[in-house]
Amino acid sequence: MNGVMLGLMYALVALGFTLFFGVLDVVQFAHGDVLTAGAFVGLAAYAALLHAGVQAAVPQLIVVVLAATFSMAILGAVLGRVLVLPLKGAPALNTLLATLMGGTALRECIRLFYPGGSQPQRFPALLPTASWSMGRFNLRVDNLLMLLAGVVLVLGLSLLLRRTRLGLAIRAVAQDEETARTMGIDFRRVVLLTFAIGSALAAFAGVMNGLYYNEINFGSGLLLGVIGFSAAVLGGLGSFTGAVLGGFLFAGLQTLGAVVMPFASAYKDVFAFAVVILLMTWKPTGLIGEELGERV
Amino acid sequence: MRPAQAGARAALSAAAIAAVAALLLYGFLAAESEKTVGLVLAGAVVVVAGGLRSKVLPRLVRAAGERAVMSALAIAAVALIGVFHDDPFVLLLMARALLVLVACLGLHVQLADAGVPNFAGAAFFGVGGYTAAVLGHGATPHLLVLLASGAVAAAVGSLLLLPLLRTRGHYAALITIAFGLLFRTFLEVNETLGGPQGLKLGGLRLLGLSFNDDREIHGVEISGYAFYCLAAVALALVAVWLVRSVESSWIGVALDAVRLDETAAACFGISIGRWKIAAFTLGNAIIGVAGGLSAMMVGFIAPNNFTFQESLVLVSILLLGGLGNLAGLAVAALIVIWLPEKLQPIQEYRYLLFSVLVVLVLVLRPAGLIRRIARRPFGSLAA
Repeated sequence: MNGVMLGLMYALVALGFTLFFGVLDVVQFAHGDVLTAGAFVGLAAYAALLHAGVQAAVPQLIVVVLAATFSMAILGAVLGRVLVLPLKGAPALNTLLATLMGGTALRECIRLFYPGGSQPQRFPALLPTASWSMGRFNLRVDNLLMLLAGVVLVLGLSLLLRRTRLGLAIRAVAQDEETARTMGIDFRRVVLLTFAIGSALAAFAGVMNGLYYNEINFGSGLLLGVIGFSAAVLGGLGSFTGAVLGGFLFAGLQTLGAVVMPFASAYKDVFAFAVVILLMTWKPTGLIGEELGERV
Repeated sequence: MRPAQAGARAALSAAAIAAVAALLLYGFLAAESEKTVGLVLAGAVVVVAGGLRSKVLPRLVRAAGERAVMSALAIAAVALIGVFHDDPFVLLLMARALLVLVACLGLHVQLADAGVPNFAGAAFFGVGGYTAAVLGHGATPHLLVLLASGAVAAAVGSLLLLPLLRTRGHYAALITIAFGLLFRTFLEVNETLGGPQGLKLGGLRLLGLSFNDDREIHGVEISGYAFYCLAAVALALVAVWLVRSVESSWIGVALDAVRLDETAAACFGISIGRWKIAAFTLGNAIIGVAGGLSAMMVGFIAPNNFTFQESLVLVSILLLGGLGNLAGLAVAALIVIWLPEKLQPIQEYRYLLFSVLVVLVLVLRPAGLIRRIARRPFGSLAA
């Protein structure tokens, strides 16, 4: 169960990376911090609701999720507008640095300006916590609900990309920017919308992360961002199914590592990063892999 | 112009540059209140900007020659150490800035010369520090310990060589980021290396001299940090000399080619892999030595000193100084390390401040704060 939840979170983050890379050929390294920021906005919304006297869990949940996703959609578009679009055509290193530093700024803002932001914050359990046990397995309702929501989100995104005009525009831009422009597609609008969608996904993953672990930390996005990126790379940057597969594959490896080496549970994160490095070395362009030819 | 005359002019120009620099640094370090710090800073900006705009500064540098300027600056640094000989706080600041500068020189070789990204600078700094902590307690001579710090950092870095050679751009950057995070989490859970509490170190001992003790020479009380400062100056000189020698030789040309266009470089028979390996390893070794000396000076290391944020600070220094510009690098290192210490109110906000600054530079001046000077063929313009 743990592995599946992790896989879904990774997949959601990886989808963001793959979307951004698709439309603009850039890697947005602030993505992980957008995820954290989403979780914190959700937490703030929850606190505000408590203050306003709303006690019922369902409206709380809805408001938390909506606040997180919408605010991060806007933030994502702003980041795209301020950090990524102006640097279009600049060396890859510049975009990388700009988004890394943007992420740092975001992280530091949370640490400095959120009340008690430098300490891990308790995230409320907003979902019913009943559980069925079947033999050795213990199935919890809240996990099941989160899983369902995540799957619906992924399927919804897939539908959006394949069945709507916006999805068509996104795919067109991803395939060939210039042709898309000559076909009358508003390039900037599509790019910014893509950034908004990807960031909203990250915010959702952030809230999910908070609900699952009941705790959020200003630095946790960094780990999820790095893993999400390598999951996307593993699946082939720019590929939708690849990102989802990569996310689950990564979670599977991590769970496997925990099962095979229970004595080394303290080294869980060390193992995760080592796997990132190894996988990137083994398949630098992903499992499905584009051919990297170079024309002079 | 006769040689003797030219020599005198060179010496004078170098002395002038060093004197002005020393004055500004003295003002900054001696400043007690935040207002004075601001005033000195404003003065420095006026002097440097004026010198650059009126072309006086470049002309002086050209008249003096690089080597003379470096020697004069080193003498100025020693003079400053003499002035602050009994003020451990200022001495510690100076030594820290110098060591960070050395670490940035290592990064400079990797990023600015060969174009190999390294977002784990603090991690390699830490490898050097931990090496010094582990070896420093034994009977090994400390000069060897420092060299070992560099060697171990280079060796640990060689674990990343294959991943770095198989990837490029964003992917290579991600590998170093993952390594930086891995290193930090590894230290936190590893009990033999002290876990989150870290390790204690004894001080540096060289030539029968224990650097940690204050001592009295002819009735003058000298803080132990003064000796660390001198060691840091020496290390910085060696590092600058090394980096400049590499850059001004044909190796530098090869590195430039690899950075600017891998395909073209390969077409001319330059082995991309070999030069990337050379630059990455040399850079890590330099960073490691700086880390070793720094750990011995502070006397204590913990995983928290080697976070991803710190790696980003190192890269920011490189960028704010203008990628490929050593003078700018030195200025940026001084400002980034000293300013938060001198202006306590911004101490807490320093990461935020630097990150926003870097973003602004990247967006507003994509070519860098100071434009990179292209290599001059055959040094024809030097004469």
